[in-house]
Amino acid sequence: MIKLDSKIPEGPIADKWTNHKFNMKLVNPANKRKFDIIVVGTGLAGASAAASLGALGYNVKAFTYHDSGRRAHSIAAQGGINAAKNYPNDGDSVFRLFYDTVKGGDFRSREANVYRLAEVSNNIIDQCVAQGVPFAREYGGLLDNRSFGGAQVSRTFYARGQTGQQLLLGAISALNREISRKKVVLYTRREMLEIVLVDGHARGIICRNLVTGEIEKYSAQAVVLATGGYSNVYFLSTNAMNSNATAAWRVHKKGAAFANPCYTQIHPTCLPLHGGSQSKLTLMSESLRNDGRIWVPKKKGEPRKPNDIPEEDRDYYLERKYPSFGNLSPRDISSRSAKEVCDEGRGVNGGEAVYLDFSDAINRLGQKVIEEKYGNLFEIYETITGENPYQVPMKIYPAPHYTMGGLWVDYNLESTIPGLFILGEANFSDHGANRLGASALMQGLADGYFVAPFTVGNYLASEKPEMIDVEHPEFIASQNEVDDKVKKLLSIKGNKTVDEIHKKLGRIMWNKVGMARNEKGLKEAIEEIRELRDDFWKNVIVVGDGRDLNQTLERAGRVADYLELGELMALDALNRNESCGGHFREEYQTEGGEALRNDDEYAYVAAWEFVEVGKWNPHKELLEFENLKLATRSYI
Amino acid sequence: MSSENLDLTLMIWRQESSQSVGSFEEFKVSVSPDASILEMLDELNNRLEKEGKNPVAFESDCREGICGTCGLVINGHPHGKIPNIATCQLHMRNFEDGETLYIEPFRAKAFPVLKDLIVERDGMDKILQAGGYISISTGGVPDANEMLISKETSSLAMDAAECIGCGACVAACKNASAMLFVGAKVSQYALLPQGQPERYRRVQSMVAVMDEMGFGSCTNTYACEAECPKGISITNIARMNRDFIVAKFKSQDEDS
Repeated sequence: MIKLDSKIPEGPIADKWTNHKFNMKLVNPANKRKFDIIVVGTGLAGASAAASLGALGYNVKAFTYHDSGRRAHSIAAQGGINAAKNYPNDGDSVFRLFYDTVKGGDFRSREANVYRLAEVSNNIIDQCVAQGVPFAREYGGLLDNRSFGGAQVSRTFYARGQTGQQLLLGAISALNREISRKKVVLYTRREMLEIVLVDGHARGIICRNLVTGEIEKYSAQAVVLATGGYSNVYFLSTNAMNSNATAAWRVHKKGAAFANPCYTQIHPTCLPLHGGSQSKLTLMSESLRNDGRIWVPKKKGEPRKPNDIPEEDRDYYLERKYPSFGNLSPRDISSRSAKEVCDEGRGVNGGEAVYLDFSDAINRLGQKVIEEKYGNLFEIYETITGENPYQVPMKIYPAPHYTMGGLWVDYNLESTIPGLFILGEANFSDHGANRLGASALMQGLADGYFVAPFTVGNYLASEKPEMIDVEHPEFIASQNEVDDKVKKLLSIKGNKTVDEIHKKLGRIMWNKVGMARNEKGLKEAIEEIRELRDDFWKNVIVVGDGRDLNQTLERAGRVADYLELGELMALDALNRNESCGGHFREEYQTEGGEALRNDDEYAYVAAWEFVEVGKWNPHKELLEFENLKLATRSYI
Repeated sequence: MSSENLDLTLMIWRQESSQSVGSFEEFKVSVSPDASILEMLDELNNRLEKEGKNPVAFESDCREGICGTCGLVINGHPHGKIPNIATCQLHMRNFEDGETLYIEPFRAKAFPVLKDLIVERDGMDKILQAGGYISISTGGVPDANEMLISKETSSLAMDAAECIGCGACVAACKNASAMLFVGAKVSQYALLPQGQPERYRRVQSMVAVMDEMGFGSCTNTYACEAECPKGISITNIARMNRDFIVAKFKSQDEDS
């Protein structure tokens, strides 16, 4: 049985992290080179952690399934990164960022972790600027800021519409420096498929070499996972084609508790579906909501073209319902409102799309200003849809985007497996039931640059783990396990392709474990997922060889894991008899249709311990709010 | 948006491994004009898998034109004939019914084919590892607003930094030169005050590894700029050349 101990340090919230850092054990500089650390994933969290640990003097082995570290999906983040710099002098502070993030997460996150996130946010901006990240600037030469959803201050730093790209390239440049100093060895085209535990501690990983198909063993004294979220369980999401939950799921099955799997974020501004062959959904940055106005026709089945619909026949529903936040209402609320008006039949052409209209902003500021701010996003839109958004309003609809749930970690970002640390989107730590815009980049880099380098060091200094030989029986056993699974997948030789089954799973998840959930639907979803899982193991076809570059085999392994994870998401959603943030249970809503939390019974983190496929032990970490008052989230 | 499907003939490069000899294989497909070219390949692969045949190996990830993973040569053009987009952003509405498409991998000495349309581009990373960074560790840096950088400078640095590292510039060049890629990174740091301390050392180390990795030299055909999905300007190459020459003089000074 696992035990959840959040290890939140004593003392006032503003002193916790400082005191904790002082109390941690240190590894002296000469001894650091005696420790090997594995970091899986080279996105913002992984690259920044690997670079920082390497710079401290540890030997780091970094892993990515891409051909290069720079491809990780952090690269696609568009809008920006938050920090409590208060450069615009509009009343921001560490405490306000902390408050906004906890409130934005609908009071389902751990206060101490969120406070630390807000506290180190300013260091991140300093670090990135020093690396040469070309953030947007004002004419005077100072950094520029813009606004994002869920905040009434401008605290978002950005680099055109490619903030994620520039931050990742910054982190990768730091990683490249450590590679040149031989403190980091980067293993590309390796997919982690198993964790190796020796005496219950994380001591290594098993990877498949994606070019040769060889199953490889790597040993270390601590393992750091920064492998992202699981939105691709929905098949269609804004995630990249290769983003997957496999590394996280495999460690879950070896003892790492999985927390709040039902907290998924459906992003309000994505391009609507075009057809059956669609492979992914494309995000349009939330920053567009700074100047774009969201509306639908007032009457159902409006036949007129958008530019022919006069003001009085339009419903700017976010501005109407949430006058103080308007088009910048948080993501969960904006998404649900879009679903609501489309369900009423007022979507574009009666379908699933709403308008995002820039004509007011263009009239007010001129097309040139809009072009400077959003030019590349407008181009992306036109490339995909063939329509010019300067002339015709964009059509948008919500899509799965980010998962707040993830592997459970304590204050040190250590999972329930000792020596296994989880960073970035892969953990459940900071966003509660809903993440605010521009906070994912902040969290990934906070974990990697400023938290893990201390806490992983503390683990090594306290435990002084020995290096284990890769021929140790536990390594051989894990290697065989992976090998058997590969052989099993190849041996089924059925008649259903991996994509076919994945698409079916995606439809179940979207319809029943998506933007709105209810008891009946969730129960059905669990049954349907189980049937589909059986179907997969009986009838999937995976062509080709295991000892070769085999992309179908890669996808098959990932879908096999989604078929287990999807069930846990539904189970967690069924268990949580309240609505909060991205988890909206239709049975629990106010008269106005807003999420109705139940703080008496559900102010806890649900952490699931794996027993066997389809069976979990539930655990609870009660959330205590000592600094903020639990309040109904209001954006009116 | 959507209209009738297009019937196309695809001539796709098939090659089992870097050691084997490749050739074109013909496929007939019917595809929605709203689909992207990679979604068309997804559909084709699904069909092949269903028939128990090996799907066409090709790489892609973000499918939003930013990760730089995808890269196909379509009818002779890296990322296709439409300017300023990556392969994943190429939609089938840009083709005519009945057309034949030749789909090949990026070809360059420094990019060996791993399988079908997948090439190994690690030479580009090796160049960046030789000096494509500012040598600072985590922490201990000044406040972000302590350094004033003009909007123009910052914007020029950003123009260079937009490179997605896809390798289309190399594939487009008859000499397989990586000068646009390297020039963009060198320029980003050369323009910014943060990059000054290592400015000349950086350009020398990066150019040395570029030559080592088997990338060719630049003969000013501008093909790289024309095919770059991010419109990276060749003025970055000029900037790099200037720094490279200055660096030579500087190192002579230091030697004497």
